[in-house]
Amino acid sequence: MARQLAVALWLCGLSPAVAEDLIVTLSSEKVAITQKFGGADIALFGAIGRDAATVARSAGYDVVVTVKGPRGQVIVREKQQAGPVWLNLDQRKYIAIPSFIAILSNRPLADICDAEVRNKLRIGIDPLVPAQGDRTRSADPDEPDFRNALIRLRKAQKLFLEQSGVVRFLSPNLFQTEIRIPGTAPLGHYDIEVAVFAEGVQLTKGTLGFQVIKEGIEHRITDMAYQHGLLYGLMTALIAIAIGWLATVIFRRE
Amino acid sequence: MQIYLPIAELPVDILVLLGMSVAVGFISGMFGVGGGFLMTPLLIFVGIPPAIAVATEASQIAASSMTGSIVYWRKRALDVKLGCVLLAGGLVGTWLGVSFFNQMRRIGQLETIIVLSYVTLLGTIGALMLVESLGAVLTARKGDKKPVKKAGRHAWYEGLPFKMRFHRSGLYVSVLPLLALSTFIGFAGAVLGIGGGFILVPALIYIFRVPTAVVVGTSLFQILFTMIATTVLHAYTNQSVDVVLALMLIVGGVFGAQFGAQAGASLRGDYFRLLLALLIFGVGLRFAFDIVAKPRDPFSVTSTETMRTETLR
Repeated sequence: MARQLAVALWLCGLSPAVAEDLIVTLSSEKVAITQKFGGADIALFGAIGRDAATVARSAGYDVVVTVKGPRGQVIVREKQQAGPVWLNLDQRKYIAIPSFIAILSNRPLADICDAEVRNKLRIGIDPLVPAQGDRTRSADPDEPDFRNALIRLRKAQKLFLEQSGVVRFLSPNLFQTEIRIPGTAPLGHYDIEVAVFAEGVQLTKGTLGFQVIKEGIEHRITDMAYQHGLLYGLMTALIAIAIGWLATVIFRRE
Repeated sequence: MQIYLPIAELPVDILVLLGMSVAVGFISGMFGVGGGFLMTPLLIFVGIPPAIAVATEASQIAASSMTGSIVYWRKRALDVKLGCVLLAGGLVGTWLGVSFFNQMRRIGQLETIIVLSYVTLLGTIGALMLVESLGAVLTARKGDKKPVKKAGRHAWYEGLPFKMRFHRSGLYVSVLPLLALSTFIGFAGAVLGIGGGFILVPALIYIFRVPTAVVVGTSLFQILFTMIATTVLHAYTNQSVDVVLALMLIVGGVFGAQFGAQAGASLRGDYFRLLLALLIFGVGLRFAFDIVAKPRDPFSVTSTETMRTETLR
């Protein structure tokens, strides 16, 4: 305890400008997908702590919550006309793209800080989807179209979203928001980053996370399908022929 | 009412799926076809990933052909020997088809292959049937007698070796063309999620002159076993079989088929074939429209396997 206090005092002494600290907590650290899963909400609460030495900020705080799903490779394809038909003829590959992105803030990001700061701190959907594309092409004028399509399509699937006004202040130092996990959300570990701003400058940030997992029968089915594929296939086939046979018994007409 | 599909990893409306499978089951019972060529496209249209639609539909076809096989078995309208020869080719075709399916999936062209194959297959078969059945309807209306095909005419395949006698079908033919046909159907079945009855039945009747009395039962027998093999192979090699989805399709399909069979019994033979031809041709056109029309959005996004394996840890 004494040691922590000493560290805290030392930190304060070194950087008096960063006087705020942040405590964030979630209503749940696990989203379980079950038979009736159609989406879930997680509540996030945060408290901005301030010691006596820090001056009160006249403009108040801004909060940006960034939720990122497990990363994976994404291929964006473009259909082009080839004779009479449209085929996927061009594509770009994007690696390590979060499968889910939610940017939740108390007011529009542009009002919180300027674009340069957002890019540096990787705040917003745009900085989280780096332009990669096909590295073999030295200058790739088409690449931005693919990247834009990726962001546009993911937004349409409700897997990428940017919402302002959804972080609400309960008191000047206490805020709350809700993270909505859609039914189509990929499984895995989700990272949450909470950044506190005042007058366009980041004061402090906190990180935490949660898991989206399959539970109960869903979990057992997936496990079985991946670990014992042969047995799973045989069982499915067996169910099929059993029901097929049952139908001839039920509907037997002489 | 939503239900979560564990393998497809998305929630679907249980009533929509059951409704679809009852409707397709009705049509399949009415025409004596498996209905895969309708169900798989419908599943893709409602947002089920094509790979999962194809692999899962195989189990539904297995169920409906089980029902059909038993019915024809009881009527003794099934040539087991012919069925086994067809099955041998069918299994080879299934294995080739599943390997091809996995390969195409790896290079990201599976969807295009599925759509193009549907256009070609349904378009060709549908058009052929349409011409044939329109002719039949028109000549029947004129009151003309159909030209009776003389038995004993020699066809190209009759000189081939490895002849075998099929007593129930009254057939003495080389097994080579039979194996080639069933290999092709097994292949198409594994790639497209169809049983292939709508190709096998006309081929057996028109090319091999198998008596109509045993042709449907024999075709169902071969489809039953190839679809069991397809289900197991897909589940084993690419984990695309969704058992929850399969259960809904099977139950809906089985019930629909019973009512369809009753409705089909009162339909006249030539009109019956015309309707089926229109149906097949229509689905083919719908797919053709998909690739000929300018897409609403030329771009599409696919998450590749990395994410799936990552999330499983």
